Parts: sequence; structure tokens; C-alpha cells
Amino acid sequence: MSRLLPFFGFLLLVVLFGFGIWWNTQHDQREVPSPLINKPAPAFALPKLDDPSQTVSRDTLLGKPYLINVFASWCIACGEEHPVLMTQGKSIGVPIIGYNYKDAPDDAKAWLAQHGNPYDLVIADQEGRTAIDFGVYGAPESFLVDGKGVIRYKRIGPLTPEAIEKELKPAIAALAKEPAP
Amino acid sequence: MTPELGQLALILALLLAFAQGVLPLVGAWRNNRALMAVARTAATGQAVFVTMAFLLLVWAFLKFDFSVQYVADNSNLALPWYYRVAAVWGAHEGSLLLWIFILNLWTLALAILSRNLPEIFVARVLGVLGLVSVGFLAFIIFTSNPFMRLLPMPPDGGDLNPVLQDPGMTFHPPVLYMGYVGFSVAFAFSIAALLGGELEQAWVRWARPWTNVAWGFLSAGIVAGSWWAYAELGWGGWWFWDPVENASFMPWLVGAALIHAQAVTEKRGGLRAWTILLSIFAFSLSLLGTFLVRSGVLTSVHAFASDPRRGLFILCFLAVVVGGSLLLYALRAPKVAGGKPFSVVSRETAILIGNLMLTVAAAMVLLGTLFPLLGDALNLGKISVGPPYFGFLFTLLMIPVVVLLPFGPYLRWGKSDTPLLKRVMGRAGLAAVASAIVAGFVTSGETKAIAGTAAAVWCGFGTLLYVFKRWREMPAGRRYPAEMAGMLLAHFGVGVFLAGVLLTNALSVERDVRVAPGQTESIGGYDFRFDGVQQTQGPNWQGDQGTVTVMRGGREIAVMHPQKRTYTRGQVQTESAINPGLFRDLYVALGEPMDRAHPDGAWALRLYDKPFVRWIWAGGLLMMLGGFFAAADRRFRTRRVAQTQGVSSPALQESRA
Repeated sequence: MSRLLPFFGFLLLVVLFGFGIWWNTQHDQREVPSPLINKPAPAFALPKLDDPSQTVSRDTLLGKPYLINVFASWCIACGEEHPVLMTQGKSIGVPIIGYNYKDAPDDAKAWLAQHGNPYDLVIADQEGRTAIDFGVYGAPESFLVDGKGVIRYKRIGPLTPEAIEKELKPAIAALAKEPAP
Repeated sequence: MTPELGQLALILALLLAFAQGVLPLVGAWRNNRALMAVARTAATGQAVFVTMAFLLLVWAFLKFDFSVQYVADNSNLALPWYYRVAAVWGAHEGSLLLWIFILNLWTLALAILSRNLPEIFVARVLGVLGLVSVGFLAFIIFTSNPFMRLLPMPPDGGDLNPVLQDPGMTFHPPVLYMGYVGFSVAFAFSIAALLGGELEQAWVRWARPWTNVAWGFLSAGIVAGSWWAYAELGWGGWWFWDPVENASFMPWLVGAALIHAQAVTEKRGGLRAWTILLSIFAFSLSLLGTFLVRSGVLTSVHAFASDPRRGLFILCFLAVVVGGSLLLYALRAPKVAGGKPFSVVSRETAILIGNLMLTVAAAMVLLGTLFPLLGDALNLGKISVGPPYFGFLFTLLMIPVVVLLPFGPYLRWGKSDTPLLKRVMGRAGLAAVASAIVAGFVTSGETKAIAGTAAAVWCGFGTLLYVFKRWREMPAGRRYPAEMAGMLLAHFGVGVFLAGVLLTNALSVERDVRVAPGQTESIGGYDFRFDGVQQTQGPNWQGDQGTVTVMRGGREIAVMHPQKRTYTRGQVQTESAINPGLFRDLYVALGEPMDRAHPDGAWALRLYDKPFVRWIWAGGLLMMLGGFFAAADRRFRTRRVAQTQGVSSPALQESRA
């Protein structure tokens, strides 16, 4: 009997691992809680992509919720995400601000001209320095900022139709229920 | 065209692996020589096709074949050729291909070097290895095909993770896998012995050199990984108890226990079932490591892509291989406790205690690694245990091992005379206490430094005492047979390692400073003068490079250039500058500029003075050498091995003891 002990011990491990795999299919691995959630967005001030003489800052955007979407022309996953934003971007009901990350302005403009522009406004962070304050891991990433300038939701990686339905839209709906600032 | 050839080669290899796994085992069961003879041929054929697939993937990387998804994801036009080769094992699919390639190297070596072993035994061993191969090849072909096409073909690819663009990372995975996968040989020997119901222990002697070599490679692989983490991650740490590190450390611990248990079984006939169980454990933990790393069940800084389908596949494979072997063990392990009797004071007892500690330590590491998973399972929330848990328990468990270690060579099999041991204890103890007192004065009473010095001297000096004893007492040429030399090297390495770990831990100085060009900061008696930051450029990155001049007592010692690189795809990577030394490393990492608009102004720097840090890896490398030396012993190579099979003459057993 004692010789079967290692076998039974191993069975327990297999059950645990089986559970682990099932758990991971139920929970998104990207569910790393961001330290920025429910904190004010960093006080950024960045030039517009198409007109660098104009600057957009956090304070000019206060009052209404908006979605910041970090993208770049060099980013392959952004190419995957792009059609989703093109088709569903209007349906989410808040303005989408394109955050052009570490990109040459001409490349970014050409990319938007070629694939379409789903953004209400595009700001450029050519050096990627403000992105550090946002804790950007890499593109694409999205931040939902409420009317008070507080980050309410963050997604690392491409927005998928599923993520928009199950995560982003409920988060926006929750904002709408709150009293206006 | 070539990627399809690679795919085809993998499929053919799978078919041959199937033949190698099934036919020889059937042959051994039915005593059919023709079927048994398939083993070597199929193994060779499989190795040819797997090598072909591997080289074709290398070729695709060298030729920038971005029509292959894996190549497009992990390399680009700017990546230098050596990192394109290393990119082959830079991600999931390719590293599995490397795994199977190395398994084939081991199998091929075994097929060639086993001419002296009984044919039926070789057939079983190669058969078991074939079955392992089937699992991995199927895994690659069905879930992780490295030759998948990407259409339309992009003009340029992504990038190899910049963290991996380091010489240390180029060697770390192949060497580590040599160790990991090498345990499959010891495993196959054990399963073959169980299948054949071997009453003799001759097979253990055949298995020993293979186990030693595998363990040596694993030691080297872990050292390379630790060195890489130190040089590349920019935190100055060398071990993080990260799940992926633990995955390689658990087989190492069990492997160390296995090496010692095999010695007992071979020479004294004892611990037979235990040796078999440990062989199964060592390889199971290697597979488990692969599972943990590849299935994404645990998240770690190594952050590999995870896919539940893959996880499920490896889990099933794991269940079949490990579950099957443990069941076989339960049914067929030797029922009678064999071997010669031994008294309380004997080498067997010491090895048993050491074995117990090493195995419990491995179990402790496993528990700690799986803790987050247990937390999810028992609904305790996101919890994980960190370095405090591992550090405390591991130290506690290793104390008996360290205390017993110098006695190893002095202890005799069966029964030892206590006076000799007391003398050793007296001398090594005296040396340890004396050096501890010196260390206490030098470091002004730093506990860890004192403990480290004492433990290191206890192990190192104790081992040297035995070296002197052999030198005095034995005639030239017979003083240090390779097996003993290996043991002494490895034991001495433990001493060196202990000194490294504890002294680094106790004496390291770390400071985060803000410096303007021309300004000087001091740590540990060294003056670091910051000479500003320039732009610099590599083949596929641009970066800021700082210049730091290190002086001691007004004399210039080194000029160091820490870098902050931005790779073509925008990833930022810190390259710390390290000024190495036998007794201390100076380590500088470049932080951020204080004012982004003025990179010529003040910067944040992290400065370290790390005494004895190199001893950690030196100790690991000595252990590796120990494994290799021991495996080279002539005793393991004599033709006599083949003849002892079937002759269970007690006299012969005696002469080997």
C-alpha cells in the first residue's frame, strides 16, 4: 500500500493542475490589477499628431469620460486591434483618443490614412516619456478615464469585440450612472 | 519550401519515435530479437529527422524567412545573426523543438554507447525514451508548430524579446535543457529495470554516469540563468525564487539526492526502491517544470504565452508518463529490502539524511511554487509566497546537509570508526570557528557573514583535509580516482557557493543616487564619478550610455558604461555595467534622467558593491565539474559491465563494493 502513496500524491497534483487550467480559462491572465486604477490619470500635455502646435492636456479633457488607446504604426498587435476599433469604436459611446506611442509622425499619419482613423483625436508621444507615467507596458493598451480625470479601467493588449462587450461597455455604463461632476 | 520540409521531418520523426517506443518494448516482452533490434535504428532515424527540423528552423531564421510565423514573431532584419540563432529557442515553439532535439542527442548517445549492455535492457531503455519522444513530438506537431506559415508575408518581423538579447541567454536554455532532458535517461533506466524485474543492481552502475552528466549540465544551466538574471535584469540579484527558476531547481535538488542514492544502490545494494523512485521524481519534476512554464498555469516574470489547449495536452502527457511510472513502481518495485546492513555511524546513514533533506527541500519549493494556484483553488485570493518563505525554510533544511558534508568521504560504508570522525570534526570545527571570529572582527559582527564564513570553511576545509589525507596515504596515481575527484570537487564547490551566497547577502552595499556630471558618490570605499551620458547605437538599438569612473584612494580602477537601450520595436532594456573581481563586483545601472528635456544634466544611478558574488557561480561550476569528473570514472566504462549481467555472484558484488 505504501508503494502507492507517491501515485496518490501525484493524483492530487494532477487534480490541482487540472483546476489551474480550468481557472485560467475562466479568468483573464491580463487581469493584473493596475496600480493606476481609481487613481487620477497623470497630468499629461501632448501635441496633436496632425497639428503639433496645439497641445491636449488632461485638464482640457476634464468633464466627460474618454478612452485613451495607445497605438503605433510599428505595433503588429495594433494592426489586429484596428479593425475592431473601426467597426465598434463608435458604439461605445465615449470619445476615443488615439495615443500615438514612440512613432514617427509621418509613419503614424500614413498608417491612419491607410487603415482608417477611428479616433476622435490623436495625440503624439514621440519620445514615449509620458507613457512611462501611465505605466504603459507596450502597445496596444487602453485606459478609460472618467470626467474627473480618474482612470477607471485598463486593458493591456488588443481590445477584442468580446472585451468591449464584457468589460469596456459595462465600465462605461457604470460611469454613466454616477452623478455628473 | 524549407518550412514544409521541416514540418515533414517532424512528422516522420514522430512515426519513427512511435516505432522506437512500441516495437522494442514488445520485442523485450516477447523475447523477439528482431523487434528489439529496431530500437537503435529507429532512434538513429528519429535523431536524423529531428536534427533536420531543428537546422531548418535555424536556416529560416538566418535567411529572414518571415513567411514563417515563428520567425516573423521573434526576429527582424536588424537582429544580428547570433541572436537570430538564439531566437530559435527564444519562445515557446522553438524551445520545445530544442527540447526534443536534445532528447534525441541523449538517445543517440545512449544508442551508441550502450553496445556493452544486454540487448534486452537497451531495447527497454530506448523504448521508454521513444515513448517520451512521441509525447513531445505530438505536442509540437499538434499544438505548437514552429513552421506555421504567415500569409501575407510581412516585410519585417517583430523582435526577439530584448531581455533575451544577451550572451548569457544564448547558452542558458540549451545547457539547462541538457540537464533537464538528461534525467530522462536515468528515468528510462529505472523504468526498464522495473519492466524487466531486474533483481540485480547492475543497471544502476550503467545509469550513474548518465545521471552525473545530466546533473552537471543542470548545474551549469542554472548558473548561466542566475548569471543572466544578475547581468541583465538590473536589480543586482542572482536568484528570485521565481516559478521558472524553481522549475529548474527542483530537478536539481532531487538529482543531487539521486546521485547519492545511486551510489548506495550500486555499491551496497541498499535503497533500491528509493533510487528508482528518485529517478522517476527527477524526470517528473523536469516534465512538471516544462508544464508549469509552458501551460501558463502560473504567471511569472518569464511571462510565456499561455494557451489552455497546450496546458491540457501537457497535463495529460504528464499524467500518463508520471502516473504510469508511479503505478508501475507500486506494482513492481523490489519488495524485499535488499543490501547490506549498516550501523548508525556509516556513509549510508549520512547519505540517507542528506537525501531526505534534499527531497523535502524540493517538496518545499514545489509547495511554494504552487501556492498561488492553491490560493485560487481554496478561494483564498491572489496569494503567493516569496523569498522569505523559501529563504528561511531552505536554509533550515540545508543545515544538516552542510553539517554532514565534510564527513562524507571519511565515512565508511556499513560502519565507521568514531575516533577518526571526531578528529575531523575537531580540525574542521576549529578552522571554522577561527575564521568565523576573524570574519566577526572584519565585518564588525555581521551575523550572516560570520555564519557564511564558518559554513564555507567547514565544508571547504573539511573537504581539503580529506584531499591531504589521500595525498599522504595513497601511492601516486591511485590517490584520486575520477569518481572520488568528482565528489571532492562538488563538495568543495558547496563550500565556495556558501561563502558566495552568505557573504554577498551580508556585505552588499546598494545605493540609489542622483548625480550631475562631474559629481562623485561613494559606497564601500569606492568613489564613483559620473561623467555624463552620451548617445550610442547598436545593430538593432539606440541608447543612452553613461560613463562612470571608479576610483579608490584617488587611483582610477575602472571606467564603466551602463546603458539604457531602446530596441527597434520600442522596448527599453537596461544594460548594467559590471566591473568583475574575484572578491567583489562593482555594478552600476543607469536609471532615468532627472529632467527629460536635459539628458545632459543629472541622472538617477543605482550603485552596488557586491563582495564575493562571483563565488556563487564558481561554486556552481565546481559542482558541475564534479558531476562530469565522476561520470568519467573508468569503472563505468569497463567491458566487465556487460558480463556481470545475469551472474549474481555475491563475490563479484563484494569486489565492487
